[in-house]
Formats: sequence, structure tokens, C-alpha cells
Amino acid sequence: MNRIGFNPRLARALLPALSLAVILGTIFYLQPRTMSYFGLNLLLNLAIPIALATIAQMFIICVNDLDLSIGSYVSFTACIAATLLHDTPLLGLAALIGCVIVYAALGALIHIRNLPAIVVTLGMSFVWMGAAILVLPTPGGEAPTWLSGLMGWDPPYVPFPIIASIVIAVIIHIGLMWSPYGAVLRGVGGNPKAVQRAGWSLLRAKITMYALAGVFGALAGLALVGLTTSADANIALRYTLLSIAGVILGGGEFVGGRVSPIGAVIGAMTLTLAGSFLSFLRLNPDWQIGAQGAILIIVLALRVLINRSEARR
Amino acid sequence: MNQNSIGLRRYFTRPWIWSYLAAAGTWLGIMAFTGGQGGGEVLSAALTFGTFFALVAIGQMFVITLGPGNVDLSIPATMTLAGTIAMKTMDGSDAMIPVGLAVALATGLAVGVGNFALILLLRIPPIIATLSSSFIVQSTAIWWNRGLRVRPPETLSDFAVAQIFGVPILAILVILLAIIMHIVLTRTVFGRSVTAVGQNQRAAYLAGIKVEQVRFKTYVMSAIFAATCGYFLAAFSGGAALNMGQEYLLSSIAVVVIGGTSVAGGFGNVPGLWGASLFLFLLVTMLNTFGLGAGPRLILTGAIIILVIVAASSPKSRR
Repeated sequence: MNRIGFNPRLARALLPALSLAVILGTIFYLQPRTMSYFGLNLLLNLAIPIALATIAQMFIICVNDLDLSIGSYVSFTACIAATLLHDTPLLGLAALIGCVIVYAALGALIHIRNLPAIVVTLGMSFVWMGAAILVLPTPGGEAPTWLSGLMGWDPPYVPFPIIASIVIAVIIHIGLMWSPYGAVLRGVGGNPKAVQRAGWSLLRAKITMYALAGVFGALAGLALVGLTTSADANIALRYTLLSIAGVILGGGEFVGGRVSPIGAVIGAMTLTLAGSFLSFLRLNPDWQIGAQGAILIIVLALRVLINRSEARR
Repeated sequence: MNQNSIGLRRYFTRPWIWSYLAAAGTWLGIMAFTGGQGGGEVLSAALTFGTFFALVAIGQMFVITLGPGNVDLSIPATMTLAGTIAMKTMDGSDAMIPVGLAVALATGLAVGVGNFALILLLRIPPIIATLSSSFIVQSTAIWWNRGLRVRPPETLSDFAVAQIFGVPILAILVILLAIIMHIVLTRTVFGRSVTAVGQNQRAAYLAGIKVEQVRFKTYVMSAIFAATCGYFLAAFSGGAALNMGQEYLLSSIAVVVIGGTSVAGGFGNVPGLWGASLFLFLLVTMLNTFGLGAGPRLILTGAIIILVIVAASSPKSRR
């Protein structure tokens, strides 16, 4: 492993992109017709809501917490989008803003009372699920036309999911990795004491991160409804586990504020593709979820190998 | 110092009492609404369904007590896989009941060993290891099941619903198991080691505790309890379903937390698990008798979990 030119840091940073490239390349090889505008659109459509949910989870993981409620939260916002936002847009918008405020309040509560975020979000997952059932007792509803229009938009040359993913990744990257306050926010996960001594409010940072998670979770719900055109209270429950997996797959760590927005979006895309990968291999689609687990394990194993080679130096 | 230890003492004795008080209060609430009718039936049903919650929660509690980052997310998938494989192996034949149980236990053992292998080899937080393995385990169950619902052997399903004086036999067995596990947690080297690792892994290691061995046993135990629960739940509900474990992902953690175990690890307790299991079921029953739908029921469940954790916390102490 000690070859000249092998740079562990670079390898670790490139690992998420490489795994996405390998999966995409294999799909192209197996089914060349996917290498088209239409094919890519179809393959990556569902990656948009998952990527947004993964970004939401990333904000929480960045401050060393974990959000077990993101799946039911996305379901709830999807239900709002398919009912209130469609019927009475202003009321729907108010409800979504209310959701973000609840998220911000959770961040404050968790910080002030020093609560384990896992348990608070666990409780919230029941709350969101119940609220979703109240809003939409049976699957149905209808997406606002502007929303399904946006998600079904066919821009020239480059398919919409790819543009959307790049825009999301770049905006968050600039905001969190380049901006001065972004560094403070990440510092809260890395060394909260140092951030506090430097005169920054930890409370404000936590509220900001949770509010951001609320915003992006809501965007995920909107994107999902725009794609499926109707909603259901259980529509996004799998997103909780998928979003955690996406953050980790993209090179994020559980503690220390080490996250990567670009990696998270790539991780979400990889997981989405892993689901459809099997049908191209003509393997049993029963293993769809298993393939996502297997890819997660393989990438984590590769990361261990890279870390070891780094330690050996 | 002295005051501190009194404070700690209160913290130890109180948490699990609350779950029983809450369960009793909820039961009284139901009785007040129905005018005292069907109190015995409600309790008997609570014991029946509480059994399944308590069984997986015992395993989850040991895992969570190991410290931050330790949560077994593969419990629902393990339950589903063990239930599915066992039902298919037995194929409704009474003679195969012990074989089915052995198969279910072996499934649990395999998942537990797999989980620990991932934790050890990949050096990833257990929550991610069990998350990734749960994907694979769930897929295996889907593949094995093929959409069929195999009925459990008659003797086994009779056993799963059998009662002595209104008390389900399974509940008695799991109460006995809880007593044993309480002794294991508080009196044996293994149980003390789990607590020690959860309080301070490095100190435990320096004190000569084989940390990895303790973690191995804990994860295998959790998976085996989940598998056992899947076996009996499938027998109880007339066959294995692919979503049978779903609600246990969050519920198993909820029961542990409401039962007074510290989520930060290091302070576990078994009695509270039964109190919390009964409470969760009685709460659902109470809201049902009040005529509330699934929505308000879930919202109240969530609100109670948050209230419990807020009440158990203090703003000053750092985790």
C-alpha cells in the first residue's frame, strides 16, 4: 500500500465519488441505453429527495447528534404538500414554516436541557407520524402543479436530477465549508468548548443547525411529492436509515463535526443507484435493500484499508 | 460527596418505578372510562403484547448500556428473518417445533456474530454496523419469504396464546427471563462488565475487563432475543409477515428509555422494561377506548417519550 503517489487523504476524499462512478459505470456497461438523457433522468429521479434528506441528517450529525425522526418528518411534510399546500397554499406554507420552527425549538431544547438527541428525535418520529396520519389518513392527496412541474422539468442537455444534485451540493458546500459561520457551526461538533470560549453562542449554533435540518427535510418532502404526485403517511419512513447511511457513505463521521456536503449528496445518489443496480444485473430484486447494505459495508471496509495505510506511514 | 451519593441513589431507585406508576395510572384511566369493566382482560392483553416488547427490549437495554453509539438497529430485521425462516422450516408441522426454534436461535446467533464482526473489523460505530447489516438481513427475509405466509404449527400457535388463570404463559416465561437478566446485570461479572464499559470504556479496559468479549456477548444476546421474539410473534400472529418487526425499531428504544435506563449508557435496569412495555400497550388501549384515532395516539406516545426524557434530565449536568 506504500506505493509512491498513494495519498490516503486524497483517496479518502475521492472514495465516495469513486464508488458512485463504479456503480454508474457498471450500469452503463450492462445497459448502454441508460447512458442517455432519459435514462439518467429515470435512474436518478428519486435521488433528489433522498439527497435533501441526507443533507438534513448531515446538519444534525455535524453537531454530534443523530436524527431518528427525519423519515417520518419527510413523510409529514410530503403529506402537507399534497394536501394543505395544494388546497390552500398560504396555510400550507405556514404549516411548513411551523415545522422548521419546531425543529429549531428541538435544537434549543436538546441544548438547554442537555438531552440525548436520539431519544428526543425518537419521540418526535412518533409525533410526525401521528401528525401525518391526521393530515392525510389514507394515501392520496395531490401535488401542487408548480411542484410537479418543477420536478418534471426537462432542461436542455443535462437531466434535472443531475443539475439539482450539483446545485444542492455546491450551495451547502459553500455555506458550510467555506463561509466563516459555517466553520463555527462545524466547530460545535469538533470542539464545542473552544467555540464557546471564542465567544460564539452554542445555543444559536444548535438552533441554526436544527432549523437547517428542518428546512432541508421539508424540501425533501416537497421534492418527493413533486415526483410521486401524491403522498402517504408512510411514504418516506425508510429515509431515516437511508439518510444516516448516505452521510456515512459520503465520508461523514459520527462525531467531531467531520462531514462533507458533496459526499453526502454523492452518498445518497450511490444508495439510490444501488437499489436499481440489481435489476440491471438481472438479479432478484428482493435483494434491493440488501445491495444498499452491502455497498455501505464495502465502502466502509475500503475506508478502513485507507486509514490503515495512512497509520502505517 | 455524601449529598451526591444520595442524589445518585434516588436516581437509581426512581426511574423504573415511574414506568409502573404510569402503567397503573393508565390502567386506572381505562377503568374510569369503562366503569370498571374488562379490567382483567385489559391486563391480560397488556401482558400478552408487553411480552414481545419486553423480550426485545432486554437485549436492546444491554446494548444501550454499553455506552454512546451502541444501539441495535437490526432488531426488526432479525425478528422478521428468524420468524420467516422458522415458519418455513416448520411448515406447519408439530414435530418440527423444536427444530424451528433451533433455526430461529441459530439465525439470531448468525446475525449477532455478523454485527459484531462488522463492529470489530470496520471499526465503525455499532449503530452504523447494525444499520448496514439490517439492510442485508431484511433483504434475506424478503428473498426467503417470497410473499408466502406459512401458517405456524397448531400446537405452537396454541402455546403462544395459552393462558394460566388469565396470565399468558409466554408472559410468565419472559417475566422469569427478566428476573434472570436482572440478576445477570446486577450480580454477575458479565453484567457488571457491561455497566463498567458503558460508564468508561477506557477505565474498564485498564481494569482488565475484556471489552471486546463483553461487546460480543451483548450483541449476540440482543440478536438472539430478537430472533426468539420473532419466532413467538410469528406463531402468535398466525405466520411471519415482512413488516412484523417494523414497529419494534423505535419501540424497543422507547421501552428502554421510558424504563429508566440511561441512553448515555452505563446505567441499565431490567424491571423498568416490563413497566414501560405494559405502559406503552396500556397507553394505546386507553387512547383507543377514548375513541382517539391512530394520529393522536402516535402524537401522545411521542410527547410522552420526550416528557419522560426531559423530566429525567437536569439542565446542569453534562452527559
